[in-house]
Amino acid sequence: MKVLVPIKRVIDYNVKVRVKADNSNVDLANVKMAINPFCEIAVEEAVRLKEAGIATEVIAVTVGDKASQEQLRTALALGADRAIQIETDEKLDALNIAKLLQKIVEEEQPQLVILGKQSIDSDNNQTGQMLAALTGMAQGTFASEVKVDGDTVNVTREVDSGLQTISLKLPAIVTTDLRLNEPRYASLPNIMKAKRKPLVVKPAADFGIDLSPRSTLLKVTPPAERKAGIVVDSVDTLIEKLKNEAKVIS
Amino acid sequence: MSILVFAEHDNSTLKADTLKTVAAAQAIGGDIHLLVAGSNCQSIAQEAAKVNGVTKVLVADNAAYEHQLAENISLLVTELAADYNHILATALTTGKNFMPRVAALLDVAQISDIIAVESADTFVRPIYAGNAIATVKSLDSKKVITVRPTGFDPVAADGSAEIVALDSVTDAGISSHVNDELSVSERPDLGAASVVISGGRGMQNGDNFKLLEGIADKLGAAIGASRAAVDAGFVPNDMQVGQTGKIVAPDLYIAVGISGAIQHLAGMKDSKIIVAINKDAEAPIFQVADYGIVGDLFDVLPELEGKL
Repeated sequence: MKVLVPIKRVIDYNVKVRVKADNSNVDLANVKMAINPFCEIAVEEAVRLKEAGIATEVIAVTVGDKASQEQLRTALALGADRAIQIETDEKLDALNIAKLLQKIVEEEQPQLVILGKQSIDSDNNQTGQMLAALTGMAQGTFASEVKVDGDTVNVTREVDSGLQTISLKLPAIVTTDLRLNEPRYASLPNIMKAKRKPLVVKPAADFGIDLSPRSTLLKVTPPAERKAGIVVDSVDTLIEKLKNEAKVIS
Repeated sequence: MSILVFAEHDNSTLKADTLKTVAAAQAIGGDIHLLVAGSNCQSIAQEAAKVNGVTKVLVADNAAYEHQLAENISLLVTELAADYNHILATALTTGKNFMPRVAALLDVAQISDIIAVESADTFVRPIYAGNAIATVKSLDSKKVITVRPTGFDPVAADGSAEIVALDSVTDAGISSHVNDELSVSERPDLGAASVVISGGRGMQNGDNFKLLEGIADKLGAAIGASRAAVDAGFVPNDMQVGQTGKIVAPDLYIAVGISGAIQHLAGMKDSKIIVAINKDAEAPIFQVADYGIVGDLFDVLPELEGKL
């Protein structure tokens, strides 16, 4: 079966983003970019399914500008077989991204689509669920375990109260949580090999979808700064401060 | 203008965070209806009817909704959506799961994790792990919104709304529940506790989390963890506080053996008072802590427990 893995280029998770002085957005100039960590887990899961003989082909897809080809190459180096870039210079809403991905699902007919649960830039946690709705597929979000069994997949989900396991009819959508797997590092030979794997570019405008924005970003401000406090020299002082200064314990 | 709020519950109790989502609905303004979808959930409906500001409680009581599978709940909410301008759910795992599905079925965007309401179409939400705060104006006719509980104070629960039973059943038939492995704890819920004590990689193993328990008992605290502690298998996933785990804002947050990665700070930096206990004086957690103790947690924790 084919597995489709939509991925996203985002700010590197180690970088603390800064807001632009004019409050128009965050400043991404000269900031290190990377594959979204949850998307990397998605690629790893798909590659493991292939290594286990369950998946036959792993296709990575992204919606983004030319620079996002870098992240597609990363996915190829991790073991994806081929890649598709839906090219656009616009920062699209999750709904519009899901609509473009729906077209790729229609073309490729994957049995499983694995996405990251959330991108660490917009923190929306939407695209997988929206794609599931648009394609009429069942969804297993926040997955910590994925077991394909014939024409169903059992997904164990990380939920507020613990773990929940559900059974989904294939084709289905899975979104990854942190404990699903630990992604491998791409080896140098695999990075070299990835450069020769097929990468197809499709302009977003060619899909005939209305991609007009659904919201306007009015402003972006820095969060209220917390002032660093004091280091106390003993447990006694700490308890005294918590009781009498902060008044949070009695 | 009417607002539909999805009630968070587990068929036995109404989650207190629902009262905060209703507060967000009040800030938007309009006639507020609560939807209780579940199985054998009449007691939830009774509780929901008491929530202030709610004029009507819609009850969808059917086996198809017992585990609140996204496929079934999203169909139900979409069916009801015609009567509402705003649809709100709490940004917890149930709401996060089904709400984007509702939005896509309605062909509208979703505004996730709002922490403030500017107007009926303009909302404030954190992005980039809370390192930036975005003000977003929705251009859609219908607003589908998830509400971060830490952004709103709960409404009271001494009202009496009308309860209306819904009889249509929406079962997509493509997903089913297999089983739950729920964490059982006598302690308060992480999201609701006024004191939270969390351990990180510095705890070294799961057994050492016992050192936090005595203190938690004395303070009536919930116990949390950093991603590092969960990834290392010290404690289960539902204890993770952070950007993609649970977001908490208690009166007192005690971070023990947690260095303070931006992803962890995103989940707790709105706490009123933060205490950090760490042997590394350079750990970033001290930059957000009101009070810090630089020292070995294995010395500090027993002493703290003894003196509280």
